[in-house]
Amino acid sequence: MSQNMKKRLLDTKMVPVPSISIVPERDVNKRPVLETRHLGIEFGGLKAVEDFNITVGPTEICGLIGPNGAGKTTVFNLLTKVYQPTTGTVLINGKDTSGMTTEQANRMGIARTFQNIRLFSNMSVEDNVRIGLHNQIPYSMLSGILRLPSYWKAEKKQHEKALELLSIFGMQDMADVKAGSLPYGAQRRLEIVRALATNPSLLLLDEPAAGMNPHETEELMRNIIKIRDDFQIAVMLIEHDMNLVMGICEGICVLNYGRIIAKGTPEEIQQNPVVIEAYLGSQNKEGDK
Amino acid sequence: MISLLSHLLNGLSLGSVYAIIALGYTMVYGIAKMLNFAHGDVIMIGAYISFCVVFYLELPPVLALIIAMAVCMVLGIVIERLAYKPLRQAPSLSVLITAIGVSYLLQNSAQLIWGANTKAFPKMFTLPDANLFGGNVHIANNTISMLDGRLNVSGNTVLTIITCVVIMVALTLFINKTKMGKAMRGVSEDKGAAELMGINVNLTISVTFAIGSALAAVAGILLCSTYPTLLPTTGAMPGIKAFTAAVFGGIGSIPGAMVGGILLGIIETLGKAYVSAELGDAFVFAVLIIVLLFKPTGLLGKKIHEKV
Repeated sequence: MSQNMKKRLLDTKMVPVPSISIVPERDVNKRPVLETRHLGIEFGGLKAVEDFNITVGPTEICGLIGPNGAGKTTVFNLLTKVYQPTTGTVLINGKDTSGMTTEQANRMGIARTFQNIRLFSNMSVEDNVRIGLHNQIPYSMLSGILRLPSYWKAEKKQHEKALELLSIFGMQDMADVKAGSLPYGAQRRLEIVRALATNPSLLLLDEPAAGMNPHETEELMRNIIKIRDDFQIAVMLIEHDMNLVMGICEGICVLNYGRIIAKGTPEEIQQNPVVIEAYLGSQNKEGDK
Repeated sequence: MISLLSHLLNGLSLGSVYAIIALGYTMVYGIAKMLNFAHGDVIMIGAYISFCVVFYLELPPVLALIIAMAVCMVLGIVIERLAYKPLRQAPSLSVLITAIGVSYLLQNSAQLIWGANTKAFPKMFTLPDANLFGGNVHIANNTISMLDGRLNVSGNTVLTIITCVVIMVALTLFINKTKMGKAMRGVSEDKGAAELMGINVNLTISVTFAIGSALAAVAGILLCSTYPTLLPTTGAMPGIKAFTAAVFGGIGSIPGAMVGGILLGIIETLGKAYVSAELGDAFVFAVLIIVLLFKPTGLLGKKIHEKV
């Protein structure tokens, strides 16, 4: 891109949002796992997120990036119904989630991790995963109180399933450890396992690599791809680590001041002058970390 | 020595009742983060219901227990839905005042329905007469006499202690070994995260109130079997003492409520027996003040680290 063109783009504040979807080719003809239409929320007049439109394919890994305070976590809170949107709708697997509670949205197939780890830190690693399995392997409360055979069967199934999920990250040996006493990286991994236990079709990861060293981040990248391949689910992640975002995301959505300023493939985003201006600052600065 | 043993057993029995009530306080506090001061009055309602079932309907005491538990469960759920749920985002002071309001509402409703006169609580459960351990233990007139008749223990005392142990074991298993129990622990640690994991928080809170209230019904029957006078204010004092027990043990902690309740019952009984019968209640609250001075989180309470 010529310097001239870049200057023109910046001057006119033109926002080049590609009209084409960023859904990868293999997912194009499938029903998207997530669709938002004009999603927005206001906090006492402040538009935290405005006109947020995105489509995520069923096996897509997509990234949500933007400077601090751009509204990324707010988007996650809107998708998971922690906040009810003031405008627009969220469709999960084609179903409108308006008026749903957080718990219902989770049952619809949306699960997440948190920017600041929110494990049940006084419970064991296995019990954390089992809470995720709550709706997956059901039995009635009566059979739990009376210890009917269905209770033992379901409990055994839960135990096996929990260990199986923990083994994704090689954590099956830590099942009895108290979650709060795990090292930081392991707690982040456990949050992902707990979210996976709810059997989502879309996994939201809020800064999964925060506080990880480059080696751990690389392993995390491999694991995110492995999860997508093994479970055939979509992953949407917020991350400041550009190596991770550019390395594994197929589509990237850039947010600034609550608005999408660019959508595209990693290559397109890296070359988009609006993004460079808003997000990375001038090119010789490291940007926002 | 024998009298000390006898006082200890009585204290254990009284403490068991406190422990059962304190469980209701502590579970609700742990999960809904509120002090349900109407809990003591649910005890009274439970006692009145069982009284009615035995006295007017002339049904067997076991049925009275089951019906009282069922009615209190429903009452607990209704109270939570109508009075506390709309205030879930409100400051805790509003919820506290509401709880005190519900408490008076229950007391006055009971007065309206059953009158202000003392009702004599019927004998509910009696032990069968028997000779056990080669004649060393005699059971007659619902009294167990041991050590050649030197130690006499009321059947109610023993029954209360046994019931309390059964409840504690059952509740511990429920909390630790079932799905709903795990959901409850999850909600008590982080309501938001639990919700995002697909836990139905409203249902979990309802179940907590239901269990707490059912335990209150059991406590009401046990209490009135030992002190057989029934008034609309019967639940108030035990309720406050059980709350003290819950704080003493560390509010929010289930083992804490158990330990706190039993210790408090023993302290109260021994204080009444050896120091002053009039000051028995004062001891209970003095204990609360001393514990709060030296260990504000209670005996088994956890310190909460606020993130900054």
